[in-house]
Amino acid sequence: MDAFILQILNGLDKGSAYALIALGLTLIFGTLGVVNFAHGALFMLGAFCAVVLSRILSIAHVTVDPTRTDFLGNPLKVSTPYVHEWFGPEAGQTLIEWSVPLAILFSIPIMVAVGFAMERGLIKYFYKRPHADQILVTFGLAIVLQEVIKYFFGANPIPTPAPDALVGSFDFGALLGFDPGTIIYPYWRLIYFMFAAAVIAAVFAFLQFTTFGMVVRAGMADRETVGLLGINIDRRFTIMFAIAACVAGMAGVMYTPINSPNYHMGMDFLVLSFVVVVVGGMGSLPGAVFAGFLLGVLESFASMPAITTVIPGINQVIIYLVAIVILLTRPRGLMGRKGVMEE
Amino acid sequence: MSKLDLGRRRVLKTGAIAGAGLAMPTIFTAQSAAAYTNEPTGSSVVLGFNVPQTGPYADEGLDELRAYELAVEHLNGEGDGGMMNTFSSKALKGNGILGKKVEYVTGDTQTKSDAARASAKSMIEKDGAVMITGGSSSGVAVAVQALCQDAGVIFMAGLTHANDTTGKDKRANGFRHFFNSYMSGAALAPVLANQYGTDRNAYYLTADYNWGYTTEEAISSATEAMGWNTVQKVLTPLAATDFSSYIAPVLNSDADVLVLVHYGGNMVNSLTNAVQFGLRDRVVNGKNFEIVVPLYSELMARGAGKNIAGIFGSQNWDWKFQDEGSKAFVQSFGTKYGFPPSQAAHTCYVQTLLYADAVERAGTFNPCGVVEALEGFEFDGMGNGPTLYRAEDHQCFKDVVVVKGKENPENEFDLVEQVEITPVEQVTYAPDHPQFAGGSLGACNPGA
Repeated sequence: MDAFILQILNGLDKGSAYALIALGLTLIFGTLGVVNFAHGALFMLGAFCAVVLSRILSIAHVTVDPTRTDFLGNPLKVSTPYVHEWFGPEAGQTLIEWSVPLAILFSIPIMVAVGFAMERGLIKYFYKRPHADQILVTFGLAIVLQEVIKYFFGANPIPTPAPDALVGSFDFGALLGFDPGTIIYPYWRLIYFMFAAAVIAAVFAFLQFTTFGMVVRAGMADRETVGLLGINIDRRFTIMFAIAACVAGMAGVMYTPINSPNYHMGMDFLVLSFVVVVVGGMGSLPGAVFAGFLLGVLESFASMPAITTVIPGINQVIIYLVAIVILLTRPRGLMGRKGVMEE
Repeated sequence: MSKLDLGRRRVLKTGAIAGAGLAMPTIFTAQSAAAYTNEPTGSSVVLGFNVPQTGPYADEGLDELRAYELAVEHLNGEGDGGMMNTFSSKALKGNGILGKKVEYVTGDTQTKSDAARASAKSMIEKDGAVMITGGSSSGVAVAVQALCQDAGVIFMAGLTHANDTTGKDKRANGFRHFFNSYMSGAALAPVLANQYGTDRNAYYLTADYNWGYTTEEAISSATEAMGWNTVQKVLTPLAATDFSSYIAPVLNSDADVLVLVHYGGNMVNSLTNAVQFGLRDRVVNGKNFEIVVPLYSELMARGAGKNIAGIFGSQNWDWKFQDEGSKAFVQSFGTKYGFPPSQAAHTCYVQTLLYADAVERAGTFNPCGVVEALEGFEFDGMGNGPTLYRAEDHQCFKDVVVVKGKENPENEFDLVEQVEITPVEQVTYAPDHPQFAGGSLGACNPGA
């Protein structure tokens, strides 16, 4: 039972990342009709916003300490971050440690600008082109973005830890009456799950309860009619692209303490997130979120030794097996809308 | 009818032979006039450095490339000479190799076997490389080694740790300086037993590819010989990034040690995840829970940050070695690039010098002469103490260093501390050891 609960928690946590990326993908597909293979790269760019802020806060001035030597025997160069001098060593260090949460605020304007530039500079020229063209151009863009990041930051993962106060794990076992230490879950993963839930709720509320959201939903249902009513739906869709980029970016920022970011992390999530979108139903926002969590939980269960011992390799194919079964039985996905990608 | 039938067969046979001749790769035919493949005829000789320049191991490949460039400088008499000053063999004079200036070409393995073979083939066929070296993966090493054997050039392996490179997939034209999985197990197990006791239950998370299998077998058999019990062995996909669902079952097992048979990005992520789940703070069976990483890459361990503190592992070499060879290499490399070299850089630098020295001693670039010069070659002054290139399998035998992640590293390069230098006798095995069974060196192939 304790193993079962632990894998549910794991699945919800994994599903959070899938759901956030799939939500953005679906927003873009539902509004602009574009299959955006560069969405994983936006997740990666968000993660590197955390790296950049951490490095900005760590900018230091260098002094030479003649009493100590480096590995070559030369006088040691000692770096002291400016924030240590401005705010004192303790406060300065705290600021550096909290760079990941602070990077959420830092990433919002950057990701909005990236999303806006991407949509206006490239994607808009492919609205009326076939999906194959869209996939090719956005996939190419993703490769360019990740190579740019690799050029500046290298290929190795870069450690970007959570603040010390949020490192550690919560003992659900003791709380639920199991043996202490049997259901342990890291604080930051719980925070990630709650963050994902809040972002998803905010996006749904924005679309559901604002006039802007109402127009966007109308545009998603029938773009032509909304245009005929004199509403500039393109401008709103551009804003939605920027919002989707922002969601992916924030998901990337929050993911950095879970796994050290590297230039390839977007691609690692991209294919899985597309499967999530297809399983949830192309163009369905609730479908993307539901499928994200569902596939996350299934993937976690399939990784248990009790399962892999009986069916070796199931952990590597479970998501695709589920996708095949769902597409065979429900071709539109779990919550797919009629007419989407069916012309 | 029978005459007509015979005629048709003759036509077919003749056509088949002619077709096969035309289809044969140029590397087997183009130099029929030469004594061996890519025999250098001018005033220079070309070496092929095949390293990952793109993909997840690009930084490691870049460090290998730095070491190769340094080795070429030293061979050509530029710079401070590095390890050429400490190398026990004095055949190298700093005037190139056999008086020919050393030039080089590079290829990108992408850490993919097919891409690595393609780039090696291109360097041999188009650039005339007489030796291929490099790599950061055993899959690549095995694939390129087989290609070099067929092409008739020498392959000096870079970073490859799987037993198979000098086990079932060994080749006469291939040589490995780096240590292997068996040696990691033989060096680590006594240290682990000494540190953590002989009554331990180990849980293995193993990368699902060749290196993972041989390393898991090496570590589990060595630790079981010390009295440890293996609780579970779980294969994890090479493409996995989040290992939480593999680590969670460890909490519900009886294990008190987790062995992460992962390398590079996999190691960074699985170790980070294991620490996040509080495994280092657990007490199981009255003992502190421990984590072991059999093969450390200090270059990539930087990605794991503070999480490597206190974690045991093994290395081929460490830049903090205080022997004269290591100090000379670190001085050369550090002066040129501004930071200390990785163990990948060290093995690549040493392999280049060893090849050049073997050519000088053999008096020829002919691969069969080089093979003869390297087989059974004993040397010192290259950073690992007295070393033997064993004739039976072309594996180097030398001391192995057991390391532990530093609790308070002073800088990003000072991540591990040496725990023990395991003497070569303890990591030496018989050429027919079961973990290296199958395959044979065969005969050297000069090509042409």
